[in-house]
Amino acid sequence: MSQTAIPIRTRTAPEPAAAVDSSVADFVELLKPRVMSLVVFTGLAGLIAAPGSLHPVLAAVALLCIAVGAGASGAINMWYDRDIDARMARTRNRPIPAGRMEPGAALGFGVMLAVGSVAMMGLAVNWLASALLALTIGFYVFVYTVWLKRRTPQNIVIGGAAGAFPPMIGWAAVTGEVGPMAAVLFAIIFLWTPPHFWALSLYKADEYAKARVPMLPVVAGKAETRRQILLYALVLMPVTVAPWALGYAGPVYGAPAAVLALLFVIGAVRVWREGSEAAARMLFAFSIFHLFALFAAVIADALLGGGGRGGAW
Amino acid sequence: MAAEGNARRPARSEVHRRQREKNIALLVVLATLAALFYVITIVKMGGAG
Repeated sequence: MSQTAIPIRTRTAPEPAAAVDSSVADFVELLKPRVMSLVVFTGLAGLIAAPGSLHPVLAAVALLCIAVGAGASGAINMWYDRDIDARMARTRNRPIPAGRMEPGAALGFGVMLAVGSVAMMGLAVNWLASALLALTIGFYVFVYTVWLKRRTPQNIVIGGAAGAFPPMIGWAAVTGEVGPMAAVLFAIIFLWTPPHFWALSLYKADEYAKARVPMLPVVAGKAETRRQILLYALVLMPVTVAPWALGYAGPVYGAPAAVLALLFVIGAVRVWREGSEAAARMLFAFSIFHLFALFAAVIADALLGGGGRGGAW
Repeated sequence: MAAEGNARRPARSEVHRRQREKNIALLVVLATLAALFYVITIVKMGGAG
C-alpha cells in the first residue's frame, strides 16, 4: 500500500469554554452506546458458541463487564480525542467538545469503569476473560487512540483488534481458554473493520483531513482506498465461511455467511468500479448489517445445534 | 441587583436539577451493584459458576 507523508499529531485545538454541569445523558453518551451494542452482541455470540456451560447470572455479568469495558474505552477515547472531535461535524456535539463536561470528569469516569469491569470479570467469571478485557481496553486506548490514530493510515487495521476481542472474551468466559473458533471469530471482526471504516472515510475524507487524522483516503487517496476495500472484502470472504468449512459451525451459519460474504464483495466491487459516494454509503451501511447478521447466524447455529463442533450454552 | 439575582435563579436550579438527576442515577447504580454482588455470591457459593 502506498503511504505518503503522515500528518503530524496535534493537540492545538482550543479547550472548550468553561464546562457547565453535565447531565446523566452526557455520561451515557461517553459510553458510545451504538458501538457498545455491537460489542455486546459479538460477545454474546462468543458466549453462546463456546462449548460448555456458564450460569446465566455469570453469563449476564460477563456481558455487563464487556459492555462497561467497551464504554470505558469510549469515554477515555473521548477524553483524549477532544481536540479532534471539536473539528469534525460528526463529533463536535460530544459532551467535552460541546463544553457540557470537564475533560477530567470523562477521564475519571472512564478509568473507574475500566478498572471496575476488569475486576468484576475476574472475581465473578474468570481471570482469563478479565485479562482479555483489560487487554482490549488497553489496546483501544493506548495502541489505537494514543499511538496509531493520529500517526498512520494503518490505525484502524491494527486498532481493529480491539473491536475483535469481545467474542473471544465471551468464549473465554465460558471455557476458561481460547479455542480455534474464538480465533476465527476474532479474525472475522479484525478483517471486517478496515473496509467498514474505509467506506465511511471515503465520504468523510474532508472531515478527517480537517481534523488531521491520517485515514487512508486522506493519505493515500480515494482510489487506493477503494482498492484496499476490495482486497479486504476478498480476504474476508473465506474467513467468514471458515467456521463452517472447518467444522466449527453448521449450515445454519455457513449458508448465510456465504451469501453475506458474496454480497459484501459485490458492494466492494461497486465501490471500486463506480467510486461514488452512494456506493460507499451503501457499503458502510451494509457492513454493519453484515456483522450483526453473521454473529446472529453464529448464535442461531449454536442454539439450533447446526452441526458444528462449537457446543451449546 | 434584584433583577440580576432573578436572572441567575433559573440557571442555578437547572444545575441543581442535573445534580439531583446524577445523584439518583448513582444511587440506582450502587443499589444495582450491591444486589448484583449478592446474587453473584449466592451463585458462586452454590458452585454453579
